Amino acid sequence: MELSPIWLTLKLASITTLILLLICLPLAWWLSKGRSIFKIILEAIITMPLVLPPSVLGFYLLLAFSPQHGVGKWLHDTFDIQFVFSFPGLVLASVIYSLPFMIGPIKSALQQLPASLAQASYTLGKTERQTFLKVLLPNIKPSLFTAIVLTFAHTLGEFGVVLMIGGNIPNVTRVASIAVYDSVENMDYATANTYSLILFCITFVMVMGVFIFNKAHAKSPLE
Amino acid sequence: MISINIEKKLKAYSGQQWLKINRDFATGSITKIYGPSGAGKTTFLKIIAGLVEPEKGIIKVDGVAWLDTASNISLSPQKRMAGFVFQNYALFPNMTVRQHLEYATNDKKWIDRLLIIGKLETLSTHKPDHLSGGQQQRLAILRALAIKPQLLLMDEPFSALDPKMKTALITELKLLFAELKLTVLIVSHNPMELDGLCDYSMEINTEV
Repeated sequence: MELSPIWLTLKLASITTLILLLICLPLAWWLSKGRSIFKIILEAIITMPLVLPPSVLGFYLLLAFSPQHGVGKWLHDTFDIQFVFSFPGLVLASVIYSLPFMIGPIKSALQQLPASLAQASYTLGKTERQTFLKVLLPNIKPSLFTAIVLTFAHTLGEFGVVLMIGGNIPNVTRVASIAVYDSVENMDYATANTYSLILFCITFVMVMGVFIFNKAHAKSPLE
Repeated sequence: MISINIEKKLKAYSGQQWLKINRDFATGSITKIYGPSGAGKTTFLKIIAGLVEPEKGIIKVDGVAWLDTASNISLSPQKRMAGFVFQNYALFPNMTVRQHLEYATNDKKWIDRLLIIGKLETLSTHKPDHLSGGQQQRLAILRALAIKPQLLLMDEPFSALDPKMKTALITELKLLFAELKLTVLIVSHNPMELDGLCDYSMEINTEV
C-alpha cells in the first residue's frame, strides 16, 4: 500500500490551514467590527461552501481555471501557472472550500468579546493592531484553536471539490479520500480500510484535542 | 481648562432623546456627574474620550481642539489619551495585574507606586479572574492612572468597594490627583456619594 496519498493529504491540510490562518485573522477582525451591506454580501459568499455541494464548487473552479479560457488561460499564458489537475489547484480549492470553517469561530469569538476591552486599550494609546495582537487575539485562544483544528480536519476529508479540480494523479493530486474511493472501485477493500482507518484516527485525535484544550479553558472569565 | 459643548442623539424606549451639555471644567478640578439611568452619563464620558462621536459639538482641552465637528476635527482616543475607568472594569483576562500596568507604561517606579496605592503589590502576578470585585476595580483605576493622563474619566469607579476601602482609596487618590494636576470627571448614580472628594457636581438630564 502506498503512503503517498496520506502524506499528500497532510501536506495539503497543513498548507491550507496556514494560508487560511493568515487570511482569516485580519478578515474575521474586520468583519467583526460593525455591519454594512458589503460585509453581509461578503459573509454570504464566504459561507456558500458550507451549503453548496462540493462538486458544484469544484465544477465552477474547473471552469474558472481551465487553461483553455478566461482567468485560467491568462494565468497559463502570462505566468505559466496551471491550477487544474495540479497540487496548487488543490490548495486553491481547499482554501475556498474550508474558508468558513476557519473564519466562523474566529469572527464569532471576536464579536463576543466586550467592546470595552478594545476601547480600554485605545484609551491607553494603543493602535488597533497592537490591541488586536496583545488584547483581542490572546483572549480568543480556544476559538482560534478550534478554527485551526476544524479547518485541518475538514481539509483531510475533502473529496468532491478536490476530485473535480485535481483529478486522481498519483503523487500529485491523489489525496487519501480519493485513494479510498479508488480502492473501493477496484474492490481492494483492505487498502480502502487502511486509508480510512488512518484518516479516522488522525481526525479523532484532533477533535479530542479540541475538546481537551477547550475544557481546560472552561473557566475563562469570558465564558 | 476643558470646554465642552456637545449634542448627541440617544436612543431610548420612549423615543429619541438629546444629550446636550455645555460646560467648562477647571484644570485640576474634580467633578461628580450624576443623573437618572439612561440619561447619557457614560455616553458623555465616552464622547470626551473619543470612543463615541456626537452629532455636533466642540471639546477643547487647554486650548487644543479634541473635537470640532464644524471643522471636521476629531482626535482618535489614542491621541486624546484620557484615562478611562470603565463601569465593567474592562480588564484584560490574559494579563496579570503587573502586565496591565506594563501594557500602559514603561515606567517601573510609577508601576511600583501605583501597586502600593492600590494595595495590589502582593497580587501583581494574579490575573483578573483571581481578584475580588474590589481588587478588579482598583486595578481598573490604576491602569487608567498608569498613562499619567491630563484628564481622568471614571464611570462608577467605587461601586464594588467596601466603605473602609473606599475611604482609604479616595484619600490616596485625592493626593495623587492633586500631585498630577488631574482634571477628573466621576460618574456616580448616587448624588450624595463622593461629597468629600469632589469640588463640583453636575446633573445630566436628557431632552426629548
